[in-house]
Amino acid sequence: MDLIMGLIDLNENCNEMLEMARLRPLAAFPFAGRYRLIDFVLSNMINSGVSNVAILPKGNYRSLMDHLRSGKEWDLARKKDGLFFLFSNDNEPEVVGYNWSGFSRNLIDLHNNLDYLRRSSQKYVVVTGSSMVCNLDYRDVADFHAERKADITIIYKDYEDAEEQDFSGATMIETGDRGRVMDMEVLPVKPRSKKLSMTMYFLERQLLIDLIDITVSRGGTSLLRDCFLKNLYNLKIYGYSFPGYVARIHSYESYFKRSMELLQPEVYQELFFQNGSIYTKVKDEPPTKYLKDSKVQGCLVANGSIIGGKIKNSIMFRGTRVDKDAKITNSIVMQKTVIGAGAILENVICDKDVIITAGKKLKGDPNHPIIIGKGSVI
Amino acid sequence: MRIKDCVAMILAGGQGTRLASLTKKLAKPAVPFGGKYRIIDFPLSNCRNSDIDTIGVLTQYQPLALHSYIGIGSAWDLDRRHAGGVYVLPPYSQEKGAEWYKGTADAIYQNLNFISLFEPEHVLVLSGDHIYKMDYAKMIQYHTSKNADATIAVIEVPWDEASRFGIMNTGKNDVIKEFDEKPKNPKNNLASMGIYVFNWRILKKYLEEDAKADSSHDFGKDIIPKMLNDGLKLYAHRFEGYWKDVGTVESYWQASMDLVGDVPEFDIYDPSWRIYSVNPTQPPQYIAETAKVKCSIVSEGCRIFGEVENSVIFPGVYIGPGAVIKDSIVMPYVAIGSDSVIQKSIIGRKTVIENGSRIGGTESQNVGTNTWFSGITLIGDNLIINSSTKIRRNVLL
Repeated sequence: MDLIMGLIDLNENCNEMLEMARLRPLAAFPFAGRYRLIDFVLSNMINSGVSNVAILPKGNYRSLMDHLRSGKEWDLARKKDGLFFLFSNDNEPEVVGYNWSGFSRNLIDLHNNLDYLRRSSQKYVVVTGSSMVCNLDYRDVADFHAERKADITIIYKDYEDAEEQDFSGATMIETGDRGRVMDMEVLPVKPRSKKLSMTMYFLERQLLIDLIDITVSRGGTSLLRDCFLKNLYNLKIYGYSFPGYVARIHSYESYFKRSMELLQPEVYQELFFQNGSIYTKVKDEPPTKYLKDSKVQGCLVANGSIIGGKIKNSIMFRGTRVDKDAKITNSIVMQKTVIGAGAILENVICDKDVIITAGKKLKGDPNHPIIIGKGSVI
Repeated sequence: MRIKDCVAMILAGGQGTRLASLTKKLAKPAVPFGGKYRIIDFPLSNCRNSDIDTIGVLTQYQPLALHSYIGIGSAWDLDRRHAGGVYVLPPYSQEKGAEWYKGTADAIYQNLNFISLFEPEHVLVLSGDHIYKMDYAKMIQYHTSKNADATIAVIEVPWDEASRFGIMNTGKNDVIKEFDEKPKNPKNNLASMGIYVFNWRILKKYLEEDAKADSSHDFGKDIIPKMLNDGLKLYAHRFEGYWKDVGTVESYWQASMDLVGDVPEFDIYDPSWRIYSVNPTQPPQYIAETAKVKCSIVSEGCRIFGEVENSVIFPGVYIGPGAVIKDSIVMPYVAIGSDSVIQKSIIGRKTVIENGSRIGGTESQNVGTNTWFSGITLIGDNLIINSSTKIRRNVLL
């Protein structure tokens, strides 16, 4: 029998990328040429033997539902277990994305769907968001959890020796002896730790049910604040240091930089192959076509694209078209976008279905890429 | 079962011996084509795009890959519960014992039970090894409008090639008067595409009669001539567009090259007529700083550090720095080492070509057991070609 079930909470911080978040929850953000962010966490679960996954939808989730459908692409269209959506019937819904405090009212949603948790049969549950892109095996976390005899294990990434300094909008933890979590700061302005919580929590299903019941009946509304943070010393909470590559997506800048890191062969290899493949909705696009005058260097290109121009250090999503003499550098061009002949793009993120007409010049800064909204015609 | 207007029967048992090592472990319809497809994806996608949802696929030779590939047909939206779907129909043993299909007509005859489940108006007989895009709905409409007993799809071929095909001699309004199988002196240049629409009741009668007769049990040689003899109304349905029987290594190579031009002979990028297939789970392709890719189609999961020109590259292929691939077809999961040069070759699935090798080219191999004269070098599946090996053109390995 499966050991672990998954709970994907889409109450996530997109304060810093409202233009794109207006159209879709963070989980449905296109990423890495052919995926949406949720594909990574879902695939990690499938590759860890998880076959019972529930999603707490938030925001404008039409595109997310369209992407997931029955869950067939992830082998989650099952008779027993499979993919579930725990819709909120919270009477005091918050507007997602705006003024994100780090403490969402997800506990109310979970409490409303307590039957689902009760009926599930797995011993453990992993509660996670979708903003941490990585390739990890939750069974490694299960082993750590059992070995430490922990009540709750928080997965974190240690940036002690790394350059990474951008912890805005993040949750940080401090660990002590054998990884015991000593402190946790949610959205600190000036973090005291360099251990980034990946906001992935591993615990026994029964403990989660008990915590929800005990906490909600005492007026609690946030899983993070009222169940975890307030119990930091009452429960044995340990931190599991994830050794691999993590891309945290929380702002345009991080989205842009993390995307560009995919062009490093080591990152590509680890993220797409380490513990198993990343699954996504297939589009039946034909292979990518390179025309006579194409020149592509250091790029990630997805199927269905027809490339006639020059592209350097960029990410091309499925079904893009780049006409002759167009020049694209350090940019991200999303699905079905058309770049006209002779157009020049540098440090630009084009959302889906954009048309850049012939000869247009767009130039952003590496730290501040220009964002072209979905469906725009320039 | 719900009554169906049309049931399609795809003949997919072809051995394709002239495709040499390409069909060593595969039936011809299962041969990979066009950077991500298999040949059978074309008739299956045509069916799906023509709103034909009840399909029997008749397999025989090397069926395993084909069966597992088609599965329950979900890749083509044919995993239906209430309306038809795709059925893989291998030969089965009957009371009198098991037999291979004796001919195209016999294959359908052995599966009359299957068609009877749906009692359709029409039966569409297709071949599983042709590359083309065709709206079968239009052909059936034509068939109905002519009040025909049978309709055969035809394509104009150059006169000097007509003697290689089954030729339809037609009269006024494309009524078929005569069928000439590979005529020495062709009277017409309308070649049969092996695509037939029959009225089910008539077909059933003819197949039952043919089964008892001493014949080759073939549509072209027996059923159609008999129908013409009996004065039935047979019409030719003219098809205009790209159609290729990839029966030989040369025609396979040529059809592949027909995909790569800036204005290709055969367009697989038409969103209104998508070709469906089982998609590999692979990330986008990585084209490195050192790479040069042009006039080619490249599929998912490839990592390309070398030069690629006029070629078709299947998923998951690695091409090392300094390697040059020209006028070639590279099958899934092949690895080509640094500085290797591949010209006018077909490299089989999962084969590894180590650094500094040379495959194909202008210099011909001396005639021997593994040579031929097509100018194409064919390297089989799962081989390891040691570094700095030279394999000249016209070699089959």
